[in-house]
Amino acid sequence: MFVEYDPVLYSRILTALTLGFHVIFATLGVGVPLMIAIAEWMGIRRNDPHYTLMARRWARGFVVTVAVGVVTGTAIALQLSLLWPNFMQAAGHTIGLPMFMEAFAFFFEAIFLGIYLYTWDRFKSKLKHFLLIIPIVIGATASAFFITTVNSFMNAPQGFTIVDGILTDVSPLAAMFNPATPTKIAHVIVTCYLTSAFVLGAIAAFNLLKGKTHVYHKKALHLTMVTGVIFAIGTAVIGDLSGKYLHEYQPEKLAAAEWHFETESEAPLILGGILTEDNEVRFALEIPYALSILAGGSTDTVVVGLNDFPEEYLPPLWVHYMFDLMVFIGMYLAAVSTLFVFVNWKKNWNAFNRPLLWSVFAGGPLAMVAIQSGWLFAEVGRQPWILNGVMTVAEGATTSQHVDIMLVLFIILYTILGTTCVMVLRRMFKSNPVEHELEKRGLVHLNSHVSNQ
Amino acid sequence: MNYELIGITVLWTFLYGYLIVASIDFGAGFFSYYTKQTKKDHLIHNIIQRYLSPVWEVTNVFLIFFIIGIVGFFPSTAYYYGSALLVPGSISIILLAIRGSYYAFATYGAKESKLYSFLYGATGLLIPASLSTVLTISEGGYVSTESGRVQLLYGELFGSPYSWGVVILAIVSVLFISASFLTYYASRAKDAQALKLLRKYALIWAFPAISMGVIVFFLLGQRNAMHFENMVDIWWAFGLSFVAFLWATYLIWKGKNYGTAFILVMIQYFTAFFGYGAAHLPYLLYPYLTIYDGFTNETMAISLIAAFIAGLLLLIPSLYLLMKLFLFDADYVEGKKPKAL
Ligand code: HDD
Ligand code: HEM
Ligand code: HEM
Repeated sequence: MFVEYDPVLYSRILTALTLGFHVIFATLGVGVPLMIAIAEWMGIRRNDPHYTLMARRWARGFVVTVAVGVVTGTAIALQLSLLWPNFMQAAGHTIGLPMFMEAFAFFFEAIFLGIYLYTWDRFKSKLKHFLLIIPIVIGATASAFFITTVNSFMNAPQGFTIVDGILTDVSPLAAMFNPATPTKIAHVIVTCYLTSAFVLGAIAAFNLLKGKTHVYHKKALHLTMVTGVIFAIGTAVIGDLSGKYLHEYQPEKLAAAEWHFETESEAPLILGGILTEDNEVRFALEIPYALSILAGGSTDTVVVGLNDFPEEYLPPLWVHYMFDLMVFIGMYLAAVSTLFVFVNWKKNWNAFNRPLLWSVFAGGPLAMVAIQSGWLFAEVGRQPWILNGVMTVAEGATTSQHVDIMLVLFIILYTILGTTCVMVLRRMFKSNPVEHELEKRGLVHLNSHVSNQ
Repeated sequence: MNYELIGITVLWTFLYGYLIVASIDFGAGFFSYYTKQTKKDHLIHNIIQRYLSPVWEVTNVFLIFFIIGIVGFFPSTAYYYGSALLVPGSISIILLAIRGSYYAFATYGAKESKLYSFLYGATGLLIPASLSTVLTISEGGYVSTESGRVQLLYGELFGSPYSWGVVILAIVSVLFISASFLTYYASRAKDAQALKLLRKYALIWAFPAISMGVIVFFLLGQRNAMHFENMVDIWWAFGLSFVAFLWATYLIWKGKNYGTAFILVMIQYFTAFFGYGAAHLPYLLYPYLTIYDGFTNETMAISLIAAFIAGLLLLIPSLYLLMKLFLFDADYVEGKKPKAL
């Protein structure tokens, strides 16, 4: 290779790789405990062992994904110092607190996860076992909360002053609760829930598509889609608020997302399209006024355009596609889950028809794609800053040799981990299918095999 | 006590916690692999599984705490160690990743696999070896800061008897700590066969562990005279450590009070570890970095300490619950309680 070795570039790629891989498992790690809790609760409330079994099976798969989440999280925690020593030296003064608290949240969660998994049959009262999942839900969501405040700080740094290049007058709480925090946290957490609901829903849909008819799968699908509707609507509402945040605090990111060059009111929202050499938008779908509404809630909101920013401080414009992809998937998930719940609610309609099942099934992977594209948009859209307006990515990076070799090593590691994880999960559920377990636990005849109407 | 000292004490305590719980885990991995090779695994497999399954994730968090905490309290460590340790640090990450995930895969998901158990055993020894190099580097002389860039001197690291001494000390300590804990656990489980084998392991590794301790102590004298003299000044800490070692080994050899014996092993490492650490102060990295350079600001220090206390209030009862259910519940330990996932 004739590319000159550039530690900054390789550090960026390696960070993106590790975080992109971590976030797959982290998202499930935040969302799945909530789904388990809901299922176990339904099992108690309705006295329906199907839901209890659902919680139990989900929890079993969850351990495997948590394991990968934990090891990749450990990797990123170390890598932040290894790849961005200058950034961590500077930012450690302000973001140490939330990171420290994140570790406590993990600790709390890890302890109760250990207990929860091994105590299914140990207590007389079912409620007692249910209570054990609550600290897991809280711990998981709290860790997302704390780590996202760190990322918010990178987007809207505050709570310190800089004197001669040194951070002073630090207020950790002001740094944690910066302007980006409310929308960012809310959006990240609710999308974790949404994605987990859809991933579990996709599994149920897949089983039904494969011709399994047990009512267990239908209950699972229904449960995930009902929660899915709620989270999908929440996602869209908070996503809209995130746009308003960007308009106020990071207008260049919003302008890049929308290829919005001229500062103007009544700005249109641009979907898809391509950009020509001289920055003309072609083949795009324009929704009149929509950008102004997204940014400020009314058509006469003036949206600052890219031409008003110095060129060297602009992010790459391909983030537009990432933004569009995320929003499109958001709309899709809301539509599919609403449709499912509606059709199911109509007494004489069959919600378990193949096209609808396929649409639900597609929603699982798509939700994961939305998480990835959302993060790519948010992080790349911050370029060239690592700390918005304070420190650039190049200033934060390591100067070490060998980042390129490390990148290769980690690509190999994640490939192996990812494949083994999928293999293990498949084997785990294939060798012990629901039908088998229902039989073993004597639950088969419980209003089972309801025909497809 | 100033904030710098409180900070480093808190962190050192976490590292000590990691040293103990991780050693148990790492050693268990090795023993489990080794007994498989020598066809004795039926004797101790259950003991190891029953203890480890519920707690492996907790072990990892101790390490995270230390890493996150040290950057919070002493951000400059991120600069020095982060720059110097890219390669060894990444290798440790990879080993930890392989170990954590494959352990979970093997326990929860897959059927028994030779490869998983090999990885689990091998990483059990390689991880302590790779992590212990951080302590080696902190002694100074392994890092250069020429032309404003922090670099690790690999030739120096791999060519020095001290650094190899530390690696061997780490490995034999892991095996000794682990064996003495598992001996105790087996005796609680009233598993005579396992007890017999594990007790033998504990006795085998006792002598190497203590002699490596002594050897490394003297090797350090050649490497870093200042640190060595500070350690000699608090010789009583190491004397205490030695006494605890003798007593613990005596109890195990006599075949009684395995619980007390394990506590004594913990004391042995506690006194030695804190003696080493106290003598190391104020340096975090000889001769570049002390705890007073680039310490985080006072507000952050106070909030970190407050968060720490609040966190402990949350964790101690939870840890107690975990131990009560899995470590001190005789029926569980004896395998009479269901362990279904
Ligand atoms: C299932 C995933 C998912 C879905 C369906 C959506 N998002 Fe999203 N979005 C994310 C997952 C995500 C994310 C991965 O969680 C991001 C990346 C960083 C962040 O804060 O959240 C994000 C960031 C993000 C940002 C940037 C925030 C920032 O950089 O500070 C905006 C403006 C939106 N989203 C807006 C929306 C809108 C209007 C949606 C329409 C429904 C939408 N998102 C759906
Ligand atoms: C978990 C979801 C996340 C994903 C998928 C993600 C993704 C990315 C990507 C793609 C980049 C590279 C941007 C570029 O080089 O153009 C990046 C950079 C970075 N991210 Fe994130 N990120 C996530 C969350 C976070 C969080 C929570 C933090 C803070 C603790 C963080 C810290 C960083 C740092 C330090 C960089 C390097 C500097 C930079 O390129 O801006 N990331 N991330
Ligand atoms: C917004 C993006 C992120 C989310 C939602 C998230 C969430 C999670 C979750 C749910 C886990 C699994 C832990 C468990 O279930 O017990 C996890 C592990 C972990 N994450 Fe992330 N994480 C994110 C980004 C990051 C970043 C940027 C860092 C680096 C500082 C990080 C550090 C860790 C660590 C150290 C672990 C392992 C903890 C352990 O040992 O239990 N995470 N994360």
